[in-house]
Amino acid sequence: MSIPAGFYYSEDHEWVKVEEGVGTIGITDFAQDELGDIVFVELPQVGDEFDKEDNFGVIESVKAVSDLYMPVSGEVVEVNEDLLDQPELVNEDPYEDGWIVKVSLSDESELDELMDADEYSSFLEEEA
Amino acid sequence: MKYISNTPEEQEKMLSDIGVEEITDLFSAIPDNIKLDKPLELPEPISELEMMNLVNERASRNTDLTEADSYLGAGAYDHYIPSIIDHMVLRSEFYTAYTPYQAELSQGTLQAIYEYQSMIAELTGMGIANASLLDGGSAVGEAVIMALRHTRLNKVIMPKSIHPSYREIARTYGGPHDAKFDEIELSGSLTDLDQLEESLDDQTAAVIIQYPNFYGSVEDMKKLSEMIEKQKKTLFIVVANPIALGMLTPPGEFGADIVIGEGQPLGNGVNYGGPYLGYMAIKDDRRLLRQMPGRLVGKTEDVEGQEGFVMTMQTREQHIRREKATSNICTNESLNALMATIYMATMGKKGIEEVAYQSFNKTRYLKGRLEGISGLEVVNGDNHFHEIWVKTEKPAAEVFSELYDKCILAGVDLSQFGEEEGLLICVTEKKTREDLDKFVTAMEVAINE
Repeated sequence: MSIPAGFYYSEDHEWVKVEEGVGTIGITDFAQDELGDIVFVELPQVGDEFDKEDNFGVIESVKAVSDLYMPVSGEVVEVNEDLLDQPELVNEDPYEDGWIVKVSLSDESELDELMDADEYSSFLEEEA
Repeated sequence: MKYISNTPEEQEKMLSDIGVEEITDLFSAIPDNIKLDKPLELPEPISELEMMNLVNERASRNTDLTEADSYLGAGAYDHYIPSIIDHMVLRSEFYTAYTPYQAELSQGTLQAIYEYQSMIAELTGMGIANASLLDGGSAVGEAVIMALRHTRLNKVIMPKSIHPSYREIARTYGGPHDAKFDEIELSGSLTDLDQLEESLDDQTAAVIIQYPNFYGSVEDMKKLSEMIEKQKKTLFIVVANPIALGMLTPPGEFGADIVIGEGQPLGNGVNYGGPYLGYMAIKDDRRLLRQMPGRLVGKTEDVEGQEGFVMTMQTREQHIRREKATSNICTNESLNALMATIYMATMGKKGIEEVAYQSFNKTRYLKGRLEGISGLEVVNGDNHFHEIWVKTEKPAAEVFSELYDKCILAGVDLSQFGEEEGLLICVTEKKTREDLDKFVTAMEVAINE
């Protein structure tokens, strides 16, 4: 199970990677593995604003349909259009090509409430 | 059809098995105060023979299209239905539970739906068609809320040249979604395009155009398409008569985003108003596809490489996440769509084209002759398909009534919709020159006497 360092993790199994105030958001390797083959990702639109924990999209796999929740608050600046035709990117490369949205963070202090790689790793062990 | 036997002995056994004494005990959960405490006031049972006589007598009070010479249209069109349709559609294999969930048991039904979709897509010039909707009116409603979801805007330009009943249904669908309809006025028998252009802005979710429009005329689709193209988000929704597409340019070639309409003219009887089928086709766009109501059948291969058909797309909210459902359409008009499929396959491209041209040419002939009657005006001029809007000095209701006495249904009296006056007269390929000449004579007498 891949849990790279330098990312922030939420209890809903989403990750955030921050570069210059912009957070890239995706789902973790654990989440994609649990979901199985992903067949569709419903994306928000650029310009949509979300609060932390808001539902911002839907991910559909052969096994389940799950809501996506914002790990941080912000405005969507980019969505991964590639997922419309290749939703399997989330399975194949959850931390790079399988990213879902980029948001401009409205409150960077919210990152403190998220877990780092070690904490997320322990969290998964506790959950299991 | 097999009956499930239910003898008194069997009833008793079932009741004792579940530990209940009488059938009425099964209703003990229903409060007494809402139960009916007397027998239903129904007539005594009658024999099958008596019943047949009664029903035949009641049915004979209707005027049907085999005895009347009908010029009614306005959304329900009396085209010839080849006998092969009845022959095929009455086969019991097609009378299954309507949802072909179990692909291995439903290949025939699924293949028929797949072929229906393919033919609708080809006819409309669009990329994707669904397995059908309830009827033309509800298809308009579905297209409206689909456009609202897709664009996240709420203004819809819906000209008065669209069928008044379709508009009413669209308002019903759009209301809870906060849709704001701008109903553009008529200019003659066409939409006032200047007013439409003025209204069209970057807040417009969709422009709906009926093709041909309710009054029988064909809008300037090229001009409309250019106007709508300027607004990045606005969807172009076309309500098209499928038979007319045998003659007119497919809406797909004008950049339509959603094409919908009443599928009844394709091999389905007028049937006093239903059951009909709505069709829906969209451009090949993944995002739009995900907003499409209903279901879609696809073709695939099994593990042995053999061709097979399956349901490939359904709104997932049909089964799960119902609180997020975007449409209450979770079915299709399978048997009606099957009739449409057999019709399209039987007629072929040439056949549908011929039905369209014959309907058009006969309408043109009738129009020319009617224009010779003083006290009568054809609003459409030369712009029509198979319907014309006729204004008479004498009230339309009186004209209709006088022709009705001669067993001619002269057209739809527009005053019933509360917007315009006159008769909407439809001519299909079924009419002969003799019929049309007789109609003209009857109109002359009715108007000038």
